[in-house]
Amino acid sequence: MKKLLLDLIVKENIKLHKNYVLLKMTHRDPLPSVLPGQFAELRVDNAPNVFLRRPISINFVDRDKNEIWFLIQLVGEGTRKLAQLAPGDVLNTILPLGNGFSFPAGDQANKPLLIGGGVGTAPMLMLGSALLRAGLKPTFLLGARSEDDLLQLDQFSRLGDVFVTTEDGSKGEKGFVTQHRVLQKEHFTMIYTCGPRPMMQAVARYAKANGIECEVSLENRMACGLGACLCCVEKTQEGHVCVCKEGPVFNIKKLLWQI
Amino acid sequence: MADLSVNINGLVLKNPVMTASGTFGYGKEYEDFVDLSQIGGIIVKGTTLHPREGNAYPRMAETPMGMLNAVGLQNKGVHYFVDHIYPQIKDIDTAMIVNVAGSTVEDYVETARIINDLEKIPAIELNVSCPNVKHGGMAFGVTAKGCEEVVSAVRKVYRKPLIVKLSPNVTDITEMARAAEAAGADSVSLINTLLGMAIDAEKRRPILSTVTGGMSGAAVKPVALRMVWQVAKAVKVPVIGLGGIMNGKDAVEFLLAGATAIQVGTANFIDPTVTVKIAAYIDDYMGRHGFKSVKELTGALEI
Repeated sequence: MKKLLLDLIVKENIKLHKNYVLLKMTHRDPLPSVLPGQFAELRVDNAPNVFLRRPISINFVDRDKNEIWFLIQLVGEGTRKLAQLAPGDVLNTILPLGNGFSFPAGDQANKPLLIGGGVGTAPMLMLGSALLRAGLKPTFLLGARSEDDLLQLDQFSRLGDVFVTTEDGSKGEKGFVTQHRVLQKEHFTMIYTCGPRPMMQAVARYAKANGIECEVSLENRMACGLGACLCCVEKTQEGHVCVCKEGPVFNIKKLLWQI
Repeated sequence: MADLSVNINGLVLKNPVMTASGTFGYGKEYEDFVDLSQIGGIIVKGTTLHPREGNAYPRMAETPMGMLNAVGLQNKGVHYFVDHIYPQIKDIDTAMIVNVAGSTVEDYVETARIINDLEKIPAIELNVSCPNVKHGGMAFGVTAKGCEEVVSAVRKVYRKPLIVKLSPNVTDITEMARAAEAAGADSVSLINTLLGMAIDAEKRRPILSTVTGGMSGAAVKPVALRMVWQVAKAVKVPVIGLGGIMNGKDAVEFLLAGATAIQVGTANFIDPTVTVKIAAYIDDYMGRHGFKSVKELTGALEI
């Protein structure tokens, strides 16, 4: 897919709890096609300590409204600056980057499970929506530290069943996503996950133990986002590969995780 | 439109804007954004005789106005380059230059000899200055004797323009430049990255897997500019300036300091179209200041 350097315009900046914002962006021309799981590199302006772009996954694309959404967790100076963008502001982006999730084939399509942890739930909204549009029935398992870190539950529940865990028990089952009872009760046929690495590794372990295909979306520290600088590498069966270019989505069989 | 072409001791470029090794892949990574034929030259990723896996992740740390990297010359080796990459890039309408790295003199010589036979590679840049591998060249680039040894050995087998990329991690970079010149370099490029370090205080750990790494980006520009100015006065061969060039104004400063051409590195990560913008800026600058040829800009600093 052709990568574009695009000046997007902020349409809405919605504050979701105290540490997250949802940026709804638009463009004067129709937005390019984007696959669930792809990401964008956002340029942060007027922040003296922010030198590089920030890789942010694409949360959702609303074709009817010509909108592209970015869900941003306020972590450091870069994301804090992005969170201050106001309607009408311009945001320079490079997109779409990387490869998306693969569509479930054959029996895998029967019961796909989408597991998100923290802000890692972001790409699951677009993926769930695409699966639903294709006539599949996605199930979501969303984990967070506490209720305040659970994002977009309303949107998720419109797409399919939603199961929740929080580490402090403030919402849903107390514990980690991999401890949720639904994993014992139901037989899922394909698992997609994005979130903190320990969580994805626990999910991958569950998938492998149960013989379920599993794709993970990695968030290695990046510079260029284009496969040029070779900074964001992950060790795979084929050696070091760039997460930005060969990923960010990988089938767990390709990775050398000790699971 | 002014004459932007330059002749770097036999290496003719349509304009003085090149891309720095390791920041532009093999050019293809950027073709969605820029017309590669508008760039003066592309210096492709550091290539070694044997494949190299590079260093472990994490390899990158963002620093104020810059970054550190510790990639460690990850590449598939010169034979893979010749068989699989060269056929894809040989018809790009710009000077495609290979950055050659190694850990022994024999490796450098063999790699240079192989690339000498590639018709569409008009020059090599000898990397005697990579700070990120134990024997990644910097061992050669930090003593005049080491520099002289590897450059003269490569000079014997390499018949086309030979650029030698210098390390700033030395007491006196002009000494290295003179050694490279004496050993037969046709030009020198500088600076490679500055050795640096970043720490995560909360975890009490270094951020890079290798603890130290090479610093680049806007923050290094004043150091690079000073070194280019010193080296340009010390040697007769042309100087290619790089280090922290983020825009056209920065590029003009390097030319004024004595560079014949410049390289753009880390800036490509922030703006993938920056190279063509820099070329356009130089053209505009020359118009505003009454220069007919970019060659007149080299060393035009008035002190």
